[in-house]
Amino acid sequence: MKGKNSAGFLALIISIISIPFMVTNDYYLGVLIFTAFNCLACIGLCLLMGYAGQISIGHGAFIAIGAYTSGILTAKFAWSPWLAMLCGVLIVIVIAFCLGIPALRLKGHYLAMATLGFASIVHIVAVAAVDLTGGPSGIVNIPRLDLFGYVLSSDKQYFYFSWSVVALSIYIAFNLINSRVGRGLQAIHGSEDAASSLGINITSYKVQVFILSAVFASISGSLYAYYMNYIDPGPFDVMHSVLLVTMVAVGGLHNIWGALIGAIFLSLLPEFLSFLSDYLQVLGIEYQPDYDTLVYGGILLIIMLFLPEGIFNGLSSIIQFIRSSFRKFSGRAAGRVE
Amino acid sequence: MNYTDSTLIDVLQFLFMGIQRGSIYAMVAMGFNMIYNSTGIINFAQGEFVVLGGLMMVTLTMAFNLSIVFAFILTVLFVIITGILMERLTINPVKQPTVIRLIIITIAVSIIIKGAAMCFWGKGSHYMRHFSSTEPLDFYGATILPQTLWIFAILFFLVVAYVIFFNYTMTGKCMRACAINRDAARLAGINDRKMVMLSFALSAGIGAIAGIIITPIIQMDYARGAMLGLKGFGAAVLGGLGNSMGAVVAGVLLGVLEAFGAGYISSHYMDAIALVILLFVLFIRPSGIFGSSEAMRLKEF
Repeated sequence: MKGKNSAGFLALIISIISIPFMVTNDYYLGVLIFTAFNCLACIGLCLLMGYAGQISIGHGAFIAIGAYTSGILTAKFAWSPWLAMLCGVLIVIVIAFCLGIPALRLKGHYLAMATLGFASIVHIVAVAAVDLTGGPSGIVNIPRLDLFGYVLSSDKQYFYFSWSVVALSIYIAFNLINSRVGRGLQAIHGSEDAASSLGINITSYKVQVFILSAVFASISGSLYAYYMNYIDPGPFDVMHSVLLVTMVAVGGLHNIWGALIGAIFLSLLPEFLSFLSDYLQVLGIEYQPDYDTLVYGGILLIIMLFLPEGIFNGLSSIIQFIRSSFRKFSGRAAGRVE
Repeated sequence: MNYTDSTLIDVLQFLFMGIQRGSIYAMVAMGFNMIYNSTGIINFAQGEFVVLGGLMMVTLTMAFNLSIVFAFILTVLFVIITGILMERLTINPVKQPTVIRLIIITIAVSIIIKGAAMCFWGKGSHYMRHFSSTEPLDFYGATILPQTLWIFAILFFLVVAYVIFFNYTMTGKCMRACAINRDAARLAGINDRKMVMLSFALSAGIGAIAGIIITPIIQMDYARGAMLGLKGFGAAVLGGLGNSMGAVVAGVLLGVLEAFGAGYISSHYMDAIALVILLFVLFIRPSGIFGSSEAMRLKEF
């Protein structure tokens, strides 16, 4: 990492350390922990969508597989949480490999639908395979994660832990992007034909990044299961996969920071909206949580229509525009003085 | 009644149920194909048109007590307007479309429609009265609802209308020309942007009809769009994307396979059956069962 990225990384670390001192309310700390899970999945998805140019509306399924593997192995077979998480990762690697090889031969719409279909199947299995997954009532008594024999019991400890994992994954992602593989991926995004003529093994690269992004999602799922101590199929429906794509797209497809900002923004949006609803009530507007979906869709649509590069790049181009017009203005003002 | 008789009745019953579900998938698939042919876009909001049609019909017939025919026409018009608005406001203004951007835009529209439907109609499922009697008819021991016959008849009518429109009317021929080669069609003086708008209108209309006729049987709720869209897409791919007659056959086939799967394997996994078929088709033969292997080599999937 160099330049702006390391500055951003430093800012992230400082925020992670300082936030629990400012946010003491357990509820909000919990929301921020969920945000970390979304960030983790989105960083992986961003590598796939932004850098390799392959869409997946199925990453909710990998989160579900990670969560359920962890949940089943720890709650029913009393495995150690770490071993169960590792097992989840291995299962996801195998599934992503088997799915990725045929699926990534597809392009655009076909790939989107194939991954969406996969996500639906996983959700249906989670609901229907009652013996294995507990069906709609889910799995209870999942233990908390322990770190060197020290159980992460408070929300504050879990906050530090989950956000450290996010920071680590950002570090890994940047190392990947600036490696030979990362440059190869960006070449594939530019033009698959040109990339393959330069000797890049397109299929292998695409499948590798697909697997990596699935692993990120799986770890996010495992961490979710250990935090909640309880899982049911509800949060792993197709809508969650769509939401992850939304987060990456809203933040900015072509930048890891964008994905992070998108994930944070959309994860905190419901809280922000409920906060805002008190003020709207004063103005006579009755805001209900039911409108959230509508607001999500609206934000996504507006960003895709007017800021197709996402909030992150949109903001930086707006800042640049202001800066350059300010320079012009101050230059003209200076000229007048002379 | 001996064993073979009851098996035969079961088979017949599953067949009816399958064709009934399949008719809906066929209509959704026809909608996908119309937009795909004119723009190359897969409209992820296709299932939402079906939901919107069903829910609007519920309101007009049950709350406003309009007659079925009048409510039918109003509902189809309402959804067609929604489709046109979608095209004018979200697809038409995009100047440099990339596939990912277009996919996300149609997803955004589907979220908006779903959110709006949830706000207006709530989260519950809605009952709607049948077109005619609810008394099941007896057919060689199996029973069939009059509503199911309505569904068969309307699918048949839609297919005939589709063939006439695309083969014997000027507008239909223009749309086909745009589907084959948009630039060439424009050179021949066809307003291709208007054709795109028309394709969204027609596709929304077909979706609305599918929603209206199935609602008395399945009781529509706001969240059904994604699954209906996904299965309709399965039918479209199975029949060869862009080939609407293939889509009708494939849709009915998919419905029948699903019904037999639900009957003989497990009803819990019923929804998964169509999706597993979708994945297999996409992975093994993305040009569909009716697509030629030659076309498969030329086309990008």
